[in-house]
Amino acid sequence: MSENVNTSLIKRKKISFVPYWFILPAVILLIVLMLYPIITVIYYSFMDKVITVKESHFVGFKNYKTILADPVFWISVKNTLVYTIISVFFHMIIGLAFALLLNTDLIPSFLKGLLRVCFIMPWVLTVTIVAILWRLILNPDGILNYILSNMGLMSTKIAWLSEVKTAMPSLIFINIWSGYPYFMVTILAALQGIPKDYYEAATIDGCNGFEKFIYITLPQLKPVMLSIIMLDLIWTMRVFALVWSTTGGGPITATEVLGSYIYKKAYNILDFSTASAASVIILLMSIVLSIFYVKAQKVRED
Amino acid sequence: MAGSLHSIKKTKRMLRVLLLILVIISLIYVMFPIVWMFVTSIKSNSEIFAVPQTFIPRQGTTEAYNTVFHSSTRLRFFLNSFIVSSAVTIATLVVSILAGYAFSRYEFPGKKLVNMFVINTQAVPPIALMIPFFGMIVALKIYDTLWALILTSMVFTLPYGILMMTGYFNSIPKALDEAVKVDGGGPFRICWQFLVPISLPGIVATGVYTFIMTWNEYLYALTLTKSTEMRTVPVGIQLLMGEHAYVWNEMMAMSVLGSIPVLLIFLCCQKYFLAGMTAGAVKS
Repeated sequence: MSENVNTSLIKRKKISFVPYWFILPAVILLIVLMLYPIITVIYYSFMDKVITVKESHFVGFKNYKTILADPVFWISVKNTLVYTIISVFFHMIIGLAFALLLNTDLIPSFLKGLLRVCFIMPWVLTVTIVAILWRLILNPDGILNYILSNMGLMSTKIAWLSEVKTAMPSLIFINIWSGYPYFMVTILAALQGIPKDYYEAATIDGCNGFEKFIYITLPQLKPVMLSIIMLDLIWTMRVFALVWSTTGGGPITATEVLGSYIYKKAYNILDFSTASAASVIILLMSIVLSIFYVKAQKVRED
Repeated sequence: MAGSLHSIKKTKRMLRVLLLILVIISLIYVMFPIVWMFVTSIKSNSEIFAVPQTFIPRQGTTEAYNTVFHSSTRLRFFLNSFIVSSAVTIATLVVSILAGYAFSRYEFPGKKLVNMFVINTQAVPPIALMIPFFGMIVALKIYDTLWALILTSMVFTLPYGILMMTGYFNSIPKALDEAVKVDGGGPFRICWQFLVPISLPGIVATGVYTFIMTWNEYLYALTLTKSTEMRTVPVGIQLLMGEHAYVWNEMMAMSVLGSIPVLLIFLCCQKYFLAGMTAGAVKS
């Protein structure tokens, strides 16, 4: 018996570096693809004329000052926030509504299966396909204007994506359409995890459907909801592809978001230094959000 | 008594009607754009904005699809996307399985640090890495190649894959490994011959999700390639838009074709796909 323990101890000592071999490829890749680039972008943000010119010089916080003094930067911050907050709010509402719909006993289960597939569909489409599809629908001669004017709701054709007033709301609408399924699927999984006897007990106590929703469903969903809201905020803030393939940030700066702002700084005017400074700012914003996300996760685990 | 039963039946029926209306409205909201994409793809280009608009094409035509299938540039977009997505999926799975095994089965100094790093990388926005990646890829002389896309896509599929695989391995009791150990199997054999086969559902879920994530990748595909031959589907479709701004039926045909691979994977592996999708939030 004691011999057995001894050999296993020796074995354990002998193989103690084994896990390092197993994580080695992952660690190397993450250092090359994550740590090194992050250090590089921070370094770039304190230098001038990076990438375009061979010799660049340390300029301190100059790039940051340039960015923070640029009114377009602040417009893009505001637009990103508006876009993100409204989108996430409606992702949550629609996701919750659809999840509840798919969880009722009133719909036969074969129909539910079909509905679930349909409801996830928008999420399956690639962003650029979503963008082109909605450019077709929202075209001044497109189907939406056609339907609205036939119903007598509109007298002049609206160019939804190229008018200052309607461009941002249109983008938000498109994003809501393509982004709610993540909430729906996650909430549905959480709904199915709520023990049935909670509801039975409530029925015995004489609660109606609405009361059950307020006192059982919502509190049970709260932890999951909190963490997907944080995740969705982090994801939606990254918006670039949708803006870039519909409005390009225009008209004027109506739909300029941080993503398109940085892209333009880098590739349209080749100012990689200030673009790096802006990248570091968006990185810091994401880190703050992710700290909140980790906190929300901890609350759930407790 | 009979009266109240009657009224319960009545409210139930009303609820059903209400629900039906809700379902129909939701379906129109969700499905109309997708149906419209398909309908437009089989219209002739002159019919697309013609008034009155038609919901069923007057004359269905596969002309747009023919154009796509006879254009080697367009087919190239699909080929590129397939190559990049498959390569990233395989590489991500191999590296994640190895790392997940270590995280799940061993305690070692530095584990917490690496784990924290893996979790936090998920919060980094892709745009923040765009500029350093550009510099790096040019320096490595792989700018405008598929290698650039394969390498950079892994930065976001890898952390996800590692966390997924660690979670799956954790759900398999460690005691079961001992049986293989008794047979004289080393750590690599335990991982490869025992854990991998038993975790196949988890591996499929991770793989499916990785494939779709890569298939949809846009920012790096846009900035790290330049020539038309190296473009992937998401960027290629957009290029088509620039060149033929008004050939809507062709663009919709490309969109339909571009969605089919992901749709097929989704329909075939729905269970795994949903597991992958919810893993981030439901599992902790």
